Amino acid sequence: MTVFGRRVGPAQLGTPAVLQGLPRLPWVWGLVGAVALIAAATVGVLAGPVHIGVGTVIQTLIAPIPWFGHRTLAADSSQASILWSLRFPRVVLGAIVGGMLATAGAAYQGVFRNPLADPYLLGAAAGANLGATLAIAFAPGSSLIGVNVVPLAGFAGAAAAVAGAYVLGRTVTGLRNATGLILAGVAIAAFLNAVQTYIQQSQPSTIRQVYSWILGRLVTAGWDGVWLVLPYVAISIVVIFLHRRLLDALSVGEEEVNSLGISARRVRLIVVVAATLGTAAAVAIAGTIAFVGIIVPHTIRLLVGRSYRVVIPLSILFGAAFLVLADTAARTVAAPAELPIGVITALVGAPFFIVVMRSTRAAEL
Amino acid sequence: MSEVVLSGVSIAYESDVVVSDFSLNIGSGEWIALIGPNGAGKTSILRAISRLVAYTGEIRIGNAAVTELGGRELARLVAMVLQSPHVPAGMTVSQYVLLGRSPHLTYFGKEGRRDQGIVAGILERLSLERLAARPVEHLSGGERQRAAIARALAQQAPVLLVDEPTSSLDVGRQQDVLELIDGLRAEQGLTVIAAMHDLTLAGQYADRLALLVAGKLVAVGAPSEVLTEPAIADHYQAQVRVLQMNGSGRAVIPVRAHAASKSEDLGEGV
Repeated sequence: MTVFGRRVGPAQLGTPAVLQGLPRLPWVWGLVGAVALIAAATVGVLAGPVHIGVGTVIQTLIAPIPWFGHRTLAADSSQASILWSLRFPRVVLGAIVGGMLATAGAAYQGVFRNPLADPYLLGAAAGANLGATLAIAFAPGSSLIGVNVVPLAGFAGAAAAVAGAYVLGRTVTGLRNATGLILAGVAIAAFLNAVQTYIQQSQPSTIRQVYSWILGRLVTAGWDGVWLVLPYVAISIVVIFLHRRLLDALSVGEEEVNSLGISARRVRLIVVVAATLGTAAAVAIAGTIAFVGIIVPHTIRLLVGRSYRVVIPLSILFGAAFLVLADTAARTVAAPAELPIGVITALVGAPFFIVVMRSTRAAEL
Repeated sequence: MSEVVLSGVSIAYESDVVVSDFSLNIGSGEWIALIGPNGAGKTSILRAISRLVAYTGEIRIGNAAVTELGGRELARLVAMVLQSPHVPAGMTVSQYVLLGRSPHLTYFGKEGRRDQGIVAGILERLSLERLAARPVEHLSGGERQRAAIARALAQQAPVLLVDEPTSSLDVGRQQDVLELIDGLRAEQGLTVIAAMHDLTLAGQYADRLALLVAGKLVAVGAPSEVLTEPAIADHYQAQVRVLQMNGSGRAVIPVRAHAASKSEDLGEGV
């Protein structure tokens, strides 16, 4: 047969050859992401009501290093205290939460094949808001095993809402496709939002506190918040990262991916559980910060490429950098007052995203 | 080894029975075409063999029952080309075809140089190497069909299921695709099971035709036995002339009822 030109026998099919057109993480973008994160962290550490110089920051950072740190000049102890107890943990927390929300958003968009999916799609935000509202309204100031009850309630609410959506989705459609799960998430979120609004309105004295929680902020609770979320976020990001090939595979559609020997349902379950775990931890400590999970992955898709082998690692870096910058803006533009970080992510993020969309290949979204 | 045996297979979507008590033995290296009117159950049978739909009865590939195999094991035995494959946005032809290596990878596995080499060889065989770095969505219909076949070949499965391989292709591309499948069958000893709506092409390429009507097998045999005017008139409710062509099988030609007299110049039907 000569219709397609040269004949290549099966014996030759195994011969190695260079294959063009495979997604590779462009090292330039990896570098840009790392530099962006370092730059954002630097700005975040330097910005604040008390002026602290770069030299002091570096001295303070290396001071605890054994054999090396103690030989350098000790920084002013009050400045060191500001850095260690306020600014460093806040920047680290911002990076963790931002990286997590962006990665979870990318993962949700992959498993649901839906560009509008964000980490809150299955009711995580509504559940967290309800949990936190209940804690603020009925158990103000209380703590459980030494931890403030509000983030615990937020975490439990988010996890319970997504679990509820999953169970509901399974009973309705048997999870044959993702649509049933999304609809179940919409129903659960609507219901929980209604309950949350009712409780909020019936407890007018706590409205301000509840609103501030919902709009999101990075608490200045020192390193406790970091240690609280880090294990969940680390597990979540590692699991999602390991799924980047399978997330690419899911883009060919449910039936085709199953015919390739990959269980779309299993991939979806594992990724949703992982993303929910990390998202629940992030919203528990930082409130429901909007937009990060949508604009960061989509900006990467527009600028670099759509493969999850590129989108996932870059979402971690750029999500972290973006939220550290947004938080720095939130606590400086109206100082001494602090703006909710969700306001900044939307106010700055949305126009930026529109510019990126207009100037790139938006048709490929 | 790659013999496919279906015994008493029935398929239902909820309470709608679409295939009932279907039995057929397909020999290793054979090309069998499933033909029949729309809704006869051709695609459902392909879906059952690749376990995309639940069924009763038994389907065996070689020595193994399809239900006893793991997902990856099955995908190493059976590759399927869907009628209208989903075109993922922004995915290059290389990436798309490389997905066919999934059954040979572990859950968290990554394609290695060997997988890339196999895919490069397939792209060359299918004259797709020039398009390797191009997004699948930028390809023409015929090129997309070839990319879908390339992905199935990357699975290196001995059984190839093809659902309406020529729909939406022009006559030249139809021949290209069918010649390609036939050439690969000869080279690699593939067993080909294809749902086909074009009866002439089915008769030209398949060793045997299995005629399905309303989920039941009504005839199976060589094209010369199955493609007869009475059988087609009966099962398709179509007026056709079937012409024996020298060395090129049978041509099934639709005839307009009120212009039947004009068809005399088509010659003697069979």
